[in-house]
Amino acid sequence: MVTQNAPDSMFRTQEGLGLWEHRGKVAAVGVGHSLTSRRWDGKAETSVGANSITALRQAIADAGISPDEVDGIVLDPGTTTGAHWQEGDPIPMDVVNAFNPSSDPLDGIAKLSAEWILKNMPELTNVKFTMNGTGCMSKAIVVAAQAVGDGLTNNCLVLKGWHNLEGRYYQGGANAQQGRPGLAAISSLWGTPASYGTALQFAAYCRKYGKTHDMMAPFIINSRRNGLLFPEGFWAQNRPEGLTEEDYLAARWIAKPANLYDNDIPIMASAAYLFTTAERAKDMKQKPVYILNHVSSRTRARSLTPTLEEVEADTARTGRMLYEGAGITADDLSFENMYDGFTLFHQFHMEGLRYRGVQNGEALDFYQTDISIEGPNPVSPSGGNCGSGRTRFWMHTDSIQQIQQRAGARQITGVKAEIGVSGGPMPLGGDFTIWSSTPG
Amino acid sequence: MPKQAVVPDDFTKPYYDACNQGKLVIQNCKSCNILQHPPAPACRECNASDMEWKEVSGRGTIYEYGVIHDCPVASLQADQPFNVAVIMLDEDQGIQMYSHLPGVPADEVPVGSKVEVIFEETPNGQKVPEWKVVN
Ligand SMILES: [Zn+2]
Repeated sequence: MVTQNAPDSMFRTQEGLGLWEHRGKVAAVGVGHSLTSRRWDGKAETSVGANSITALRQAIADAGISPDEVDGIVLDPGTTTGAHWQEGDPIPMDVVNAFNPSSDPLDGIAKLSAEWILKNMPELTNVKFTMNGTGCMSKAIVVAAQAVGDGLTNNCLVLKGWHNLEGRYYQGGANAQQGRPGLAAISSLWGTPASYGTALQFAAYCRKYGKTHDMMAPFIINSRRNGLLFPEGFWAQNRPEGLTEEDYLAARWIAKPANLYDNDIPIMASAAYLFTTAERAKDMKQKPVYILNHVSSRTRARSLTPTLEEVEADTARTGRMLYEGAGITADDLSFENMYDGFTLFHQFHMEGLRYRGVQNGEALDFYQTDISIEGPNPVSPSGGNCGSGRTRFWMHTDSIQQIQQRAGARQITGVKAEIGVSGGPMPLGGDFTIWSSTPG
Repeated sequence: MPKQAVVPDDFTKPYYDACNQGKLVIQNCKSCNILQHPPAPACRECNASDMEWKEVSGRGTIYEYGVIHDCPVASLQADQPFNVAVIMLDEDQGIQMYSHLPGVPADEVPVGSKVEVIFEETPNGQKVPEWKVVN
C-alpha cells in the first residue's frame, strides 16, 4: 500500500460554496500527545515514530474505542522542523531495527508514513483508508474531516509528528552550500531567515496603521502564560518560566522587527486525534466536538513575498469562507486559536476573522485590552507555538479540549467555549477549521 | 557584502547573462503580457508556457525592509546586522526584488525612495542585481 496525497477536490478553497455538505456530521473525540523534547537524543523510544505511536494509542484510548474499530489514518509524512538528515550521515540501525521498518530506513526517524505506523501498531487490524495531509496538522485535519464526511473512513486517526535533530535550525541543507543554483538564488541570496517575510509584513502593517512592535508584548506574555498551563507543551514540561514585557522588549532581533520570541522554538512532539461520524461519536468516551466547516487558502503571492495588501485580502477571504460554510458569523465565536508561528502574523488571521469586530489595523490595540482566558475575548487560549513550541498543533488540541470543557487550568471562563476556530499556518496558504459543541 | 556564488541553470541563464551585460530582464507571458518574477516554466496566470524575457528600466521603489541580525548564510554573518529591502519595479508594482541596499546603514532605509539597479559580482564572476538609492 502506498498512501496518496489528498486530492485538491477535498479542499474548500472558494467563496460561494454555501454550507459545508458535512456540517456537524463529523466530530473530533479523542486526543493524544507524546512528551516533548528539544531535540532527538538518538534513542528508539524518543524517535518521531515512537512519539507518534504514543500519541495515536492515547487518542484511541481517550476516545474509548477499541483499536480494531479504527479504519482510517490521515497524517503528514513530513516531520522535519527544518533540521534535515544530511546525506551520508550514518543511519542508526539500532533504532531502525527496534521497530518493524518500512522500505525506507529513515521512516520513523526523519519522516513518517502510514505504512510504517501500520507495521508498528499491530492492533490496527482494520485500517482500509490512509491519506497524506502534507505540511501541517491543519491540513491533516481538513483531509480527515472531509474523508469521514465522504464516508471514506468512519473512525479516523489524524496524526502529526515532528523530529528535530542536532544543529542549528535551517543551517543544514542549501544554506550550508557554497554556490547557489540560479533560480533559488533569486530569493535566497540575500540571507533572509524564515521569519523575514512575516517581519516585512509586520513592518508594513506598523507603518500603515501607526503601530509599534512593543504593542505585541501583551500577546506574547498571554501566549506564554497559556502555554505554561498546557501540560502537553514544551515550556510547561521542560522550562516552566514565564515571560515578562521586559524579557520580550530586550530580546535579540532575528529579522527586525521579528525578535527571538516572535520566532518559535523547534521541538520534537507528536499529537493525534480520533475523528468519527457524529452518529458514532454519541457513545464514545469524550464529548464530541463537531466540525462545522473547513476551508483552505491556496493563494500565492504575486512575486517573491506576500505584501501586506495580499495578506489582508486573503485572511479576510478565509474568514468569509469559514463563516459561510459553517453558517455562523464572527459573533458566534467563543474564542480564536489561529496560528502564531510567527507571532507577528497572528493579528492578520484575527483581523481577517473580524474576531470581536476587530478590523484591519486594530488588533494591536485589542491586545492592550483583556485577552486572557478569564476575560470575555480570549485570544489564542492555546498559547500556540509561542506558548508551547513549534508544532502547529497546540491550537487544534486546545480548541477540542476547550469545547469538551477539559482544558484544565487553561479553560476559558469569561465566555463559555461553544464555537472556536483554529488553523494555519501562513496567512496565504493554510487550512482552517470551525469547531462546535453542537452539530449546528 | 560578499554574496554567495550563483550558478545559473539553462532556465535562468538568460536572466543571469543579461545581468552580466548590465541589463535587467524579467520573464513576461506573451499571452497575458504580464511580468512574472521569480520566473517559472509557465505563466502563473494562464498556465501558458509561451514566455519571453523582457528588458525593464531598472528603476523601482523601496516597498519595505527588514534588518537581518541572525542570518542562516554563514558568509553573510560577519556583516550583521544588514538590510534586506523589497524593491517594487516601476514597470509593475507587483514585481519584487530583494536588495541589501549597499551603502545604506542598517535600519536607516528610506522606504518609498526611488532606486536604480546596479550589478554586483559574486565570487565566481556571475553578476546579480542590486539596488542603490537615487537622490
Ligand atoms: Zn499568461
